[in-house]
Amino acid sequence: MSDVGFVIAAYSVVLGGLALYTLTLWRRLRAVGRDDEGT
Amino acid sequence: MKTRILGIVALAAVALATYVALAVVPADLNQGDAQRIMYPHVASAWLAYLSFGVTALAGIGWLWRRDLRFDSVAVAGAEIGVIFTAFAIWGGMMWGRPIWGVYWQWEDPRLTTTALLLALYVGYLLLRRLTDDPDRRATRAAIVGIVAAVDIPIVHFSVEWWRGLHQTATIASPDRVLNPAAPMVFVGTLLGMVAALTLAWAYLMIRRYQLAEAELGREERARIERLVSSRPITTSGEVAR
Repeated sequence: MSDVGFVIAAYSVVLGGLALYTLTLWRRLRAVGRDDEGT
Repeated sequence: MKTRILGIVALAAVALATYVALAVVPADLNQGDAQRIMYPHVASAWLAYLSFGVTALAGIGWLWRRDLRFDSVAVAGAEIGVIFTAFAIWGGMMWGRPIWGVYWQWEDPRLTTTALLLALYVGYLLLRRLTDDPDRRATRAAIVGIVAAVDIPIVHFSVEWWRGLHQTATIASPDRVLNPAAPMVFVGTLLGMVAALTLAWAYLMIRRYQLAEAELGREERARIERLVSSRPITTSGEVAR
């Protein structure tokens, strides 16, 4: 793999991971909110 | 609303910092484009330190004040710290392969102590699942969080104390704060990335804290419901006291 390939791999995981974690947090927050409405 | 604005500002800052790091700053003369990995790698490592430091301080706060909001801060720091530690390790591996010729070397003190840091806080998160009692969980987690934080200075100073593949500190070394080893254009870009990812970190910390508080409230309501349903009910349908 070229240097650029390693750069792309590094940035993709960091930025993609941040986006994925943010989405997961939103979903977990919504799920807790829904549970509260149901009780 | 303020948190949402923080999220939008953080997103814009991370996008700008990434653009500068990838397309504006020149490549390093010796390392070429691979050096661009330094920006998210170092920023992630610093945010991992910050997260676990917050977890340790919040753990002290819980033990001192017995306020479960400290525990919510602690779990937020630990979970987000684990993520940034994983980012730092991944970035380091992607940088190490083209520069060192290897992704990983267990003999290197920085790499090994960082892997230990990750394992300690994954353990911290697993430990929290062992009990449903919020007080007991917070106490156990606080003790582990404080003890595990001892590894933070060991990770940071490992490159000064022992020899290994990893380079010494670029800017955060006592003799280099005002005289960094890297050119200012690189240092400025690095500080920009640190600032941008710190904004994202702050946003995630707030959201994770809110989630922890919401989960605590749900646990409390479930406990009250269990208590009420376990009490005998009179023929008129009233719950006995």
